[in-house]
Amino acid sequence: MKQRPFEQRHAADWRAFAATLDRLERRKPDRNAASLPMAEFPAAYRRLCQQLSIARARCYGGPLLDRLNQLALRAHQQLYRAPRQRGRAMLDFLLVDFPRRVRADARLFWLCAALFYLPLLGMGVAVHQSPELIYSLLSPELVTEIEENYAPGQEAVDRAAADDLAMFGYYIHNNIGIGFRTFASGILLGVGAVFMLVFNGVFIGAISGYLTARGYIETFYTFVAGHGAFELTGIVLAGVAGLKLGWAVAAPGRFRRTEALRRAAAEGVRLMIGVAALLVLAAFIEAFWSSNRAIPTVTKYAVGGAGWLLMIVYLGWTGRRAP
Amino acid sequence: MSNPALLDTIRYVETPEGITLKLRVAGPMARALAWSMDSLIRYGALWGLSMGLVLLGWAGLGVWLITLFLIEWFYPVVFEIYADGATPGKKALGLQVVLANGAPVDWPAALIRNLLRAVDFLPAFYGFGVAALLISRDFQRLGDLAAGTLVIYRDPPVKALALPPGPALPPPLPLSAAEQQWLIDFAERGSALNPERQEELAALLADCTSGLRGVAAVERLRAHARWLVGEHS
Repeated sequence: MKQRPFEQRHAADWRAFAATLDRLERRKPDRNAASLPMAEFPAAYRRLCQQLSIARARCYGGPLLDRLNQLALRAHQQLYRAPRQRGRAMLDFLLVDFPRRVRADARLFWLCAALFYLPLLGMGVAVHQSPELIYSLLSPELVTEIEENYAPGQEAVDRAAADDLAMFGYYIHNNIGIGFRTFASGILLGVGAVFMLVFNGVFIGAISGYLTARGYIETFYTFVAGHGAFELTGIVLAGVAGLKLGWAVAAPGRFRRTEALRRAAAEGVRLMIGVAALLVLAAFIEAFWSSNRAIPTVTKYAVGGAGWLLMIVYLGWTGRRAP
Repeated sequence: MSNPALLDTIRYVETPEGITLKLRVAGPMARALAWSMDSLIRYGALWGLSMGLVLLGWAGLGVWLITLFLIEWFYPVVFEIYADGATPGKKALGLQVVLANGAPVDWPAALIRNLLRAVDFLPAFYGFGVAALLISRDFQRLGDLAAGTLVIYRDPPVKALALPPGPALPPPLPLSAAEQQWLIDFAERGSALNPERQEELAALLADCTSGLRGVAAVERLRAHARWLVGEHS
């Protein structure tokens, strides 16, 4: 069959098919063409694929081939799009999938925990022994500012609600941004993620050691107790997700490097969804609970301890049985 | 003839139906322009928002910081998921983000490619991203490689082209399938060229035009094309 009769025979089908695509893409469909019932769409798509193959094999003109290729591509994108996620899926993810993924990467988790907590403890002890060490890390102005924040005897001064909201915004922007950067920089053979873990560990350790040495124990530890479990675990898990990327690039195993990276990224990004949830929770507690100095010390420590217990039970045991 | 696949930026994707789809991959310049437009929109919106929120004092700062965080990280994600794989900047340049198999981006892929933007941006102004873009076959930055995504051109709708009416004549000598296709392309797309260029091209096919010159040669080739597509009059 020559090109023109072929075009004439199928012209009406193609118009109807294009109108169906317009409707699926929520564009204004062509008035003159009736679109197909949805149930017939896949079959019509397969017919179009066959017509495209025939047109190519017979070397029909370029514009006709372009037109059919475009129709096929649009239909392909409609047919093979991922199903819409429901709200329920997010809850299932957090209650089942996320802790399971963390346990599946248990070795990497302990490695990252070591990369974070060992510098934290080491620097904490070192600065506690000789507080002037902190100036190797922080500027004197910053040290003074931190000191003022935690100096005892300010119990009466409580922050206004507006300040809490400002701090909440700051924690969201800063802390979750750090988490995301830790993940992303892991692709550089893991170097970025390891640096972020060690750096944050050293930084937090130095401040804790310094404030402990200065004797600001109650004001400082009542502040960090509440959100510590969620924030520190979130940082470690962002490191896990980042190191997965780096590991896939450095040692792809039986896959091609890009394929290994794709698989690691697909797993890593799911960890990052959990990390973001943990860090949002931590920011909320930090801004609205930790900063509240009216709450008694005992309550703060109790809530902090409960947070760690919750974290351990959540990551260690949740989702072990299929729901 | 050299392999066109080595010269073109076209990527072929095979579908489960056994056909191959053509995707035109977009290069660094178009993407940089789209990114610049998006940056203008993003930071313009943030600036406008700051004008309003400054009235609210500290609470306004909190809201602004949260918005800054969302726009910095999730502006492209949301548009890629809900607006056919294109941020406003990409849409303006006719670009679209798709999965490597031509399907629309899903949530994990959109998140990966936009979280890894932080690394592509290093050490400055998308240094790593552009380097990866130039090394990889399909213009993929690190985020695209990890997410398995491509940035392609969304072609404008193709209009059905018609040959101008006229007589149909069989070609004087047998033509291969590819030669027939070139002749039909010439006739159908000829109207996009100026007459002089059409005549120049027609002069190259002296074998087919039996010694005719100028406009007559173009007309003769059109007549052969009409016969080849099956228009008999």
